[in-house]
Amino acid sequence: MDALDNTQPADGTLNPEVTSSSQVSILGGAAARRHRTLWRDAFNRMIQNRLALAGGVFVILIALIAIFAKWIAPYPYDKPDFAAINAFPGAPGHLLGTDEVGRDFLSRLIFGAQVSMLVGLGAQIIVFVIGVPIGAIAGYAGGKVDTLLMRFVDVMYAFPQLLFVILIMAWRGPGLTNIFVAIGITGWVTLARLTRAEFLSMRERDYVLAARAAGTPPWRLITKHMLPNALTPIIVALTFGVPQAIFTEASLSFIGVGIRPPRPSWGQMVGQYFANIQSYWFMAALPAIMIAVVMLTFTFFGDGLRDALDPRMQRR
Amino acid sequence: MGQFIARRLIWLIPTILVMSLLTFALMHLTPGSPLQPLAANANPLPPDAQKNLAHFWGLDKPLWQQYLIYVWKALHLNFGTSYIYRTRQVTEILRGAFPVSLELGAMAMGIAIIIGVPLGILAAVNQNGPIDYLASFLATLGVAVPNFVLSIFFIVIFVIGLHILPDTGGWKGPQDWVMPAFALGLGPLGILARYTRSSMVEVLRQDYIRTAQAKGLSETRVVIRHALKNGLIPPLTIVGPMFAAIGTGSFFVESIFRIPGMGRYFVDSMTARDYPMIMAVILLYGVFLAFMNLAVDVLYGVVDPRIRLS
Repeated sequence: MDALDNTQPADGTLNPEVTSSSQVSILGGAAARRHRTLWRDAFNRMIQNRLALAGGVFVILIALIAIFAKWIAPYPYDKPDFAAINAFPGAPGHLLGTDEVGRDFLSRLIFGAQVSMLVGLGAQIIVFVIGVPIGAIAGYAGGKVDTLLMRFVDVMYAFPQLLFVILIMAWRGPGLTNIFVAIGITGWVTLARLTRAEFLSMRERDYVLAARAAGTPPWRLITKHMLPNALTPIIVALTFGVPQAIFTEASLSFIGVGIRPPRPSWGQMVGQYFANIQSYWFMAALPAIMIAVVMLTFTFFGDGLRDALDPRMQRR
Repeated sequence: MGQFIARRLIWLIPTILVMSLLTFALMHLTPGSPLQPLAANANPLPPDAQKNLAHFWGLDKPLWQQYLIYVWKALHLNFGTSYIYRTRQVTEILRGAFPVSLELGAMAMGIAIIIGVPLGILAAVNQNGPIDYLASFLATLGVAVPNFVLSIFFIVIFVIGLHILPDTGGWKGPQDWVMPAFALGLGPLGILARYTRSSMVEVLRQDYIRTAQAKGLSETRVVIRHALKNGLIPPLTIVGPMFAAIGTGSFFVESIFRIPGMGRYFVDSMTARDYPMIMAVILLYGVFLAFMNLAVDVLYGVVDPRIRLS
């Protein structure tokens, strides 16, 4: 029902008599009857979904931990404590134990959150910057440009993504920046497809035709008229891209081509400590738990966000 | 139909060519040539010997010729000699490893289909009931948790904690199969259950289902005889790509459980920069994925004649 309110133009611009001079007063009237935006509605729906809300709170919590890692972590991630090597969780001074050179496990996990969040969110920026323009141009221009771009996208699609990422990492070498590059190069395909589909369906809509007839230049038409209407699915796709990117980073670091040690990453910790699993099971299990929790959190949050932004898609 | 398949097969050629070109380019961009006299830790060979070696490996030819030679050899399934296992051809190694990966993938896929599809159907029939919630929980868990993380959990719980399964590795008997197959299969299981549920929910609301119910057919009969036919088409479409994805996803699971499949060789070759091996594995997976997609498209038309293949 909320969605219905939304679809009506809030300021009555459809009225042909409206001239630019009278627009102000009409907008004022709309504000007076408590005008609700799409975002406000989505927010309201979001807080009603408990699981998604919990996910959102957790996402913020982990983000805060990542931002303030330096101050929260009891030790630097690479400081060895030779008095307590391979300490089990609960050892004095080390809440979650230490690793084989006595580095504090809790601190390493906290700094690992930094890597995961950086990769998860940062990669989405790159994906957005590459994927949306390509999709938008293909969808807007249509014809040969569209065919060409989409053929390219098809070929990229045929490539097993994880293999491609690994290959790029082999080329560029391990490191955080290169992980961004690798995920960016491979990850934009899905978003480009999505944006293109949205733009294609919008191209012949009345408001786009009207804007075009009024002489709006293509650049302005794309950014001001079409993109805002395609934003909802794009945001949802980006939200689901976050756990995807976190997973990719964890996998890369797990096989040793991701984050360069001594900087800790959860995937790298799992891969590294897995060899000791019989004696020190917690070393591999704790980062594994962190990965699982963060992935689940983002998935719940993404599910909730999708339902909130697009109530028609809601699961019955 | 035949025309459709033929056209799709022809499309495969440029796709695989681009794939091989990208792989080839990336390999050559990657630092660390075997013949770089100026690089750190380079082999201290006299220039003449290096020249001879470069000639022997064909590295003195222009790049495009090298690429063409590579493609020509790859067409004859000759991927060269592995850098790690120097006495063995890449093709020979993969011939031993691929079936193992395929077995693991088939087991995982089997688990996903045998448990996932019925779970999705049950969830759709009992909407918002306990089974529905269980299915949705499993689906989220399977989708969200990476399989190497699941593998760690399985090992910690079943081997170290409960001592139910022996602490082995390899690929000999059921005790070696259970954990990797489930670790690999849980994700696809979740996705399949989710897909099946939503498509069944859609189908169960259609008029012809109501007609069947109105005729007085039992609920089981309505679901099995009438709803399933249409309801299983969407899940079917994802089975193919999923199977290919399981193949690539198995790297981690294989290396954790020490299974002598392609994944383990791939991870090893990655760390050792065994380029011939890496390229062969990537091409193999690419071709596999493309054929899987084709197979699904064809099956799609067979199952649902309303869909015109174009």
